Amino acid sequence: MSSPQKPPSRSTSRDLERYAGLFASRTRMMTSSAMRDLMAITARPEVISLAGGLPDTSTFPPETFAAVTAKIAEESCAKALQYGPTDGLDETKGCIAEVMAAEGMHAHHEDIVVTTGGQQVIDLVTKTLIDPGDVIIAEGPTYPGAVPVFNAYQADVVQVDMDSDGMRVDLLEETLDRLGREGRRPKFIYTVPSFQNPAGVTMSLPRRRRLVEVANQRELLVLEDNPYGLLRYEGEPLPPLFSLDGGVFVMYLGTFSKILSPGIRLGWVVAPPPVLEKINLGKQEADLCTSTLSQLMVQAYFKQGDWRDYVGSLSEIYRSRRDAMLAALADHFPREAEWTRPAGGLFIWATLPSYIDTTDLLARALRDNVAFVPGAAAFLDGRGHSSMRLNFSGCDEARLREGIRRIGEVIKEQVALYGTLTGELGTVKTEEVPDTEGEGGRLVELPRRPARGRRAGGA
Amino acid sequence: MSRIAVLKGGSSLERQVSLRSGARVEDALERLGHDVVGIDVGPDLIRRLREERAEAAFVSLHGRGGEDGTVQELLEILDVPYTGSGVLACIRATDKVLTKHLLLEAGIPTPEFFAFTQAAFRELGAAEMLPAIAARLDFPIVVKPSSQGSALGIKFARTPDDVPAALVAAFSYDARVLLERHVEGRDLAVSVLDGAEGPVALPVVEAVPHEEDFYDFEARYEIGRTGFICPARLAPGTTERAQALALACHRLLGCSGFSRVDLMLDGSDELYVLEANPIPGLTDTSLLPQAAEAAGLGFDQLVARILELAFERAAGTPA
Repeated sequence: MSSPQKPPSRSTSRDLERYAGLFASRTRMMTSSAMRDLMAITARPEVISLAGGLPDTSTFPPETFAAVTAKIAEESCAKALQYGPTDGLDETKGCIAEVMAAEGMHAHHEDIVVTTGGQQVIDLVTKTLIDPGDVIIAEGPTYPGAVPVFNAYQADVVQVDMDSDGMRVDLLEETLDRLGREGRRPKFIYTVPSFQNPAGVTMSLPRRRRLVEVANQRELLVLEDNPYGLLRYEGEPLPPLFSLDGGVFVMYLGTFSKILSPGIRLGWVVAPPPVLEKINLGKQEADLCTSTLSQLMVQAYFKQGDWRDYVGSLSEIYRSRRDAMLAALADHFPREAEWTRPAGGLFIWATLPSYIDTTDLLARALRDNVAFVPGAAAFLDGRGHSSMRLNFSGCDEARLREGIRRIGEVIKEQVALYGTLTGELGTVKTEEVPDTEGEGGRLVELPRRPARGRRAGGA
Repeated sequence: MSRIAVLKGGSSLERQVSLRSGARVEDALERLGHDVVGIDVGPDLIRRLREERAEAAFVSLHGRGGEDGTVQELLEILDVPYTGSGVLACIRATDKVLTKHLLLEAGIPTPEFFAFTQAAFRELGAAEMLPAIAARLDFPIVVKPSSQGSALGIKFARTPDDVPAALVAAFSYDARVLLERHVEGRDLAVSVLDGAEGPVALPVVEAVPHEEDFYDFEARYEIGRTGFICPARLAPGTTERAQALALACHRLLGCSGFSRVDLMLDGSDELYVLEANPIPGLTDTSLLPQAAEAAGLGFDQLVARILELAFERAAGTPA
């Protein structure tokens, strides 16, 4: 009891009302949710969590880490401890250019701003372009982590359906026409073309070309979010939108999170100069500069060996984990379920019959100590209630198989129960597994439940 | 000054809410001069309680395990005084079906309902009863798990076709669910606090959601999502009736220390008890602290009173 006396309670309900009166109207959209409370339980050690988007950092060689940090201590200690330029250190941009070149892109250093993770790019681009009520076009489902950002800036997000070839660009054009008739012009189109989070699908080359054409014809900005492009486990790489467009209307978001480490919080954005200038000012206001220490770590890491080797070793691990999850899905999910077959990245998107709500299913699954992300987290319009995102990068194969087995059991339980309730007696058969080895993955069936006027909640 | 263990967290679905309640209680107990140890309950609970040599446990748990008599039973065996209701009251109050049967028996109004277990559908063909039930309750009906404390798993079925999926959702939380007539109206909560002369009903709180069509889980725990009016502005006599119902419910279930009774007030000024919560939330946005404050009892005083009642009960002196 040596701690200083705590101040008197300042959180009486009266005080809270007083604080609430001071909140910006945008905080109305910055809400926690039941889902987030459920997700909090997924962090418990006994839970097999297929909910995260965590890369596996356990195979990164500690001696490399030690060598990198020792080198910084010896050669650039003062610099590492100092502020840096808002747009990032030039040598970091050299490393970024190298990573982009590996996917056939060329970026000038002056067109790059180094950011605190890729997530900051989504925030800065939205801050730069969106006034309350402005339209953003996103994929349906979209990256759950972008949802709270779009909400915080009070964007009106219109989600365009996807299939196994990514965003339906024909539907995009219809949507743009419709919005045009309503006198509304979207500020930007947000897309994860390769191994999409959460759907796991990849936009085909014809659609990439068409999307870039549409953006150029209509003078619309596109934010291409490409965290996983180098984590391809099969098939030929496809050109990023940025390289097809030459950076005229496509803004590019890259990150070291999935090819090196999410802990160093290092990403970047490449954008047309006028947009980049505003992004740069926005970043200055947000955090002055990205961690110099992290930037020097990347620089030292890129000097001490070939960064591609580690990406290659990660790809090997993730490929076999993906295969293990796909095999487990075929073994344990009932025939009523469908799922995507990603050629890279970290996620599989599974869709269940419409009578199963995956947020409730998660509550049931947590009793069996297994977790996933309910699909509603990837929509802002109340859809996605029967889908789930499954991550295969964060657990070893045995845990992946066990996790999928447990989820499969609770799904079968609910399918059988629904059958009993409706008289359509349970048709849970696992022997007759649909072929999941087909080319290009299966169609992403998205539930088309009407929006219920309720927000999808945070990720 | 005493050494008090604040039990919080755990693996219930209301873990986050419990952590927030617990943190506030810890702060208050420290301000009151107690030696406080917070315990996130898990498999090491018994060992921790013994090691910490707590003189009393402040149970700030919600949902399965913490509010249903389980932890209370353990504390009885360990002979550690604890806050709130005892084992039997917890069992009665967390089981909504049991609560509603007791209410009916005691003549306390509660919306008409039917309750089923999964086994009834699986083994006894209860599904064939669904059309008859639907006809008797009128739509929309509310489908909810029997034991879930928050609004998780509560669904509205607007038509008979919605019922099977709503049942599947509710069965995600509990082996028993109830289908209840939906009472359209105002959402009221009456907290009850034991006093020297028996339990006292605190001012009525009305919850008015800003935008949602249903006072849902999200709105319940968030500042700014729901407006609370306390004391609720009600017709003459209605406040007294609501408080009398809450007190009757508190006594009927055998609650001690404190409880919160949720009611609906319909268009014809009729009150219905929905449920009783043996361990109502103590977060920034919770209803009990608001009601206590409206009665002139600050949060620290409220916490002090709840703790005092735990010691009195353990000593066998009437609260």
